[in-house]
Amino acid sequence: MIPHLLSMQDLSADQITAILDTAETLKEIALRPIKKVPTLRGRTVCNLFFEDSTRTRISFELAAKRLSADVINFSAKGSSVSKGEGLKDTALTLQAMGVDAIVVRHAASGAPQQLTRWVDAKVLNAGDGWHQHPTQGLLDLFTIRERLGHIDGLRAAVVGDVFHSRVARSVVQGLLTMGAEVTIVGPPTLLPPRVDTWGTAVSHDLDAVLPKTDVLYLLRVQQERMGEQFFPSSREYARIWGVDRDRLARLPEGAVVMHPGPMNRGVEVTADAADAPNSMIQLQVTNGIAVRMSCLYLMLGGEDGRAADVGGRGSNSERVEA
Amino acid sequence: MVVTVPTEATAVLTDTDVARALKRMAHEILERNKGADRLVLMGIRTRGIPLAERLARQIGSIEGNEVAAGSLDVTLYRDDYARTGPRPLGQTSFPAEVDGKVVVLVDDVLYTGRTIRAAMDAVMDYGRPQAIQLAVLVDRGHRELPIRADYVGKNLPTSAEQEVRVHLAESDGIDEVVVATAPASAASSTTPRVTAASPTTPATARRRA
Repeated sequence: MIPHLLSMQDLSADQITAILDTAETLKEIALRPIKKVPTLRGRTVCNLFFEDSTRTRISFELAAKRLSADVINFSAKGSSVSKGEGLKDTALTLQAMGVDAIVVRHAASGAPQQLTRWVDAKVLNAGDGWHQHPTQGLLDLFTIRERLGHIDGLRAAVVGDVFHSRVARSVVQGLLTMGAEVTIVGPPTLLPPRVDTWGTAVSHDLDAVLPKTDVLYLLRVQQERMGEQFFPSSREYARIWGVDRDRLARLPEGAVVMHPGPMNRGVEVTADAADAPNSMIQLQVTNGIAVRMSCLYLMLGGEDGRAADVGGRGSNSERVEA
Repeated sequence: MVVTVPTEATAVLTDTDVARALKRMAHEILERNKGADRLVLMGIRTRGIPLAERLARQIGSIEGNEVAAGSLDVTLYRDDYARTGPRPLGQTSFPAEVDGKVVVLVDDVLYTGRTIRAAMDAVMDYGRPQAIQLAVLVDRGHRELPIRADYVGKNLPTSAEQEVRVHLAESDGIDEVVVATAPASAASSTTPRVTAASPTTPATARRRA
């Protein structure tokens, strides 16, 4: 159904709906006494992380294990090889070991796409540079649908550091595909160039947008990606763009607040707002497992879902020796 | 949708036959288990579900107390995921805890036994039942695993080329069991194909165009 999961842009509304429907059923497994089904027995999934991650890596690992796949965790932190070479060599090693799926996070945009040219395994993008983080976008759509019943016609505001955010690119594309209206809100320095081509509204006034918002999506201020100053101080950012109890009160009845994590409490969101009843932040984490199970289930089935045999014939073995 | 294949379709059970069979099976289940106290009826998706509900109603009317029926989707436990790929998932819902209970699996047709193997594995993941039993409306033979039914509506010797179709009022508007003998080249229970269909069917018209 889905050859690789690289970008939200590749997914149609029907495909997204199929992923969310499957996730809805798979979520029930977490409530059972035995939180495991045998579906992916014999499949091997490798978590290949060239960047730090807590929830995404653990979430993918749990998702694969609950479907009975074997999981290898490869963390490239501390590796001294240059990035392009390092990725290719690692990919060929995994190929030679007969891995069926590679979950990859990389600082370079497009690295997962590049991987698909080197390996037979299915590739799932777990975040590449500023480009995409499709499973985050899917779990957000799942959470919105679960809580509000639908996505079509909702008004969503995506607030903050859109410029550095792969999450924003995935979430905004997903929301638009599913028929929501999206407004991007943030200081001009943190909005990407050509944001006008995204098909969204753009605003620099959070307080004006809040009363017309069903889904308030806060982005993390990515201080580690900021080589230069994008705003004067965290305090000023919090005052103008941060969400506290007062701003929450301006949302319409039934609106929800989301954040992809990890949060900078006191910057983009205050502690009491993050823990408010309409905050979906913990639910997003819970739902991430079901959504990633759904992606693995839909991608790894059939003869097609198994990578070629180790030391196999033809192009495969040639590639390994190359 | 099942494409109409020109076959000798013979109705082997009518609505009255189905009703009688289910009534007898309800009595047999009660007799064997000495009452309905520990029973949990689990219908296997899709046509096992209405059958389980009917058996539960039948048992309830005989015993005078409620018997719960649930639904079981075995897709995640099937042995053909690696061959044929993912299928759409359905909901599983147990009406009660299974620990110490007698779980009666209910399905429309017993054929290779592979679905039942998957269903037993699924039930075990929800607890430790005292026993698992199997009730089917039709047993058509051709087992590929050492599995047999405890309660059978009708034993129906068939050949592998034949197709057994169970229609139920809940999903098909009518209760009946039909055996169809498809032409050898078109015989397939999962992918009915059109080979020499009557010229009036649209599928044939398109194919000839």
